Amino acid sequence: MKKIEAVIRVEKSEEVTEALETLGCPGMMITHIEGHGRQKGIVEQFRGREYKVNFLPKIKIEIIVKDSQVDKIISAIAKIARTGEIGDGKIFVSTIEDAMRIRTGERGDVAV
Amino acid sequence: MINAGDTAWVLISSALVLLMTPGLAFFYGGMVRRKNVLSVLMQCFIIMCVLSIQWVLIGYSLSFHPGEGFWGGFGWFGLNGVGLEPYTDYAGTVPHQAFMIFQAMFAIITPALIIGAFAERMKFSAFLIFTLLWTTFVYDPLCHWIWGMGGWLRNVGALDFAGGTVVHINAGIAALITAIILGKRTNLEKNVPAPHNMPFVVLGTGLLWFGWFGFNAGSALAANGLAVNAFVVTNTAAAAAGLSWALIEWIRNGKPTILGVCSGAVAGLVAITPAAGFVGVISAIIIGLLVSVICFIAVAVIKPLFGYDDSLDAFGVHCVGGIWGALATGLFASKLVNSAGANGVFFGNPKQFLIQLLAVGVTIAYTGAVTFIIYKLVDIFIGVRVDDKSEAIGLDLTQHRERAYTVLE
Repeated sequence: MKKIEAVIRVEKSEEVTEALETLGCPGMMITHIEGHGRQKGIVEQFRGREYKVNFLPKIKIEIIVKDSQVDKIISAIAKIARTGEIGDGKIFVSTIEDAMRIRTGERGDVAV
Repeated sequence: MINAGDTAWVLISSALVLLMTPGLAFFYGGMVRRKNVLSVLMQCFIIMCVLSIQWVLIGYSLSFHPGEGFWGGFGWFGLNGVGLEPYTDYAGTVPHQAFMIFQAMFAIITPALIIGAFAERMKFSAFLIFTLLWTTFVYDPLCHWIWGMGGWLRNVGALDFAGGTVVHINAGIAALITAIILGKRTNLEKNVPAPHNMPFVVLGTGLLWFGWFGFNAGSALAANGLAVNAFVVTNTAAAAAGLSWALIEWIRNGKPTILGVCSGAVAGLVAITPAAGFVGVISAIIIGLLVSVICFIAVAVIKPLFGYDDSLDAFGVHCVGGIWGALATGLFASKLVNSAGANGVFFGNPKQFLIQLLAVGVTIAYTGAVTFIIYKLVDIFIGVRVDDKSEAIGLDLTQHRERAYTVLE
């Protein structure tokens, strides 16, 4: 089991979640986050003074999948979320030790 | 002769009508996505600024200076000649400037209503120019024709107590035209955007209902029985329409919604506007109950059928509800309510219905054509629609460099 965490542009979230659903992703968790990587903030203004906002709104999508699905899913996300400009986001993949479906008590891959 | 009570009522009514525009801002602002809420609030507020100035400089003169031409002309430019004594052709017991500032609030809210049609995708600069031109070349002439001394529709005998035609049909048809030529918001087929803050919608509706007492009862231009009649039928029609919209949803979709009650109440207020000074309370209930049926069909059946993206149903509620109100005035008007008005079909005067139909037809034709021309002119010079990327990011950040909500403190 792997966990895919994709940090993407807010305006790409609808397209990406839609593509994940057509790929047959069983479920996903979505969070509104603020953060920054190499893209440093945006300019906003407050009563005539411009100021830099260090953190930008992003969407984080977390998906737990079987090992065999990882490549298919991250390449789908990357294809859609990419604009080519700084700030397209990142995808992290990590290993998950175990999972449990609370309702039935099932463990491991079947619980995902 | 200036009457203290009348003057006080007209001033209070002016303030009530002004409050409708911030009310509308919240009504609309709650219905858009969170990335666009400030753009809607901003459009409403900047209209209050720009048109307040336009009105005292030229708008009032173009609309209300007596004359039989295309508009009233520039005789009262900068309120020259509009003083603190009554101008008896419009209101005999209040200072002329009180009547002027009351009318200013109508000129402000009318273009603000159109915002609902092009929300979430119009450039702010284009919006400003469009609004200024539209008010000057559509609102001001039409207002003159129906309400100004010498206006030809006024002379024909068209009844419009508080602005069903001048305000609601006018703004509503402009809304339809702009929604069609501006095109749909992107990704609309896949994902119809949900309102981001429903409590705002309810707050806005409450302010609109409250302010509408000034809009309709204030249009009596005196603190008298006619004002009370308008007040009572306004409240009654709004109540009947809010209730009937909820019932329609309950029967058709299984559950009544607060957005439905709010939409119905606004539709009821729209429909009673032209009729408020001419009909009694039973007619108001009928007008209110039926307007929700008609508007519901417009927004839930006709809009999806034709596929135009009137984002917040400015056409479906204001134009459709306004047309029903204007025609219902021709059906239900009674001289027993207002001896200065006329009888409608149900009170033995079928001709009034035809006059109402004429006023509606003229408004649709004139407003539709001139709105189209103004839109195209603005589009040629600076472009009306934001680019796809700005639309995706949202108008708050791309047009104003501000955000309504943050995740962090």
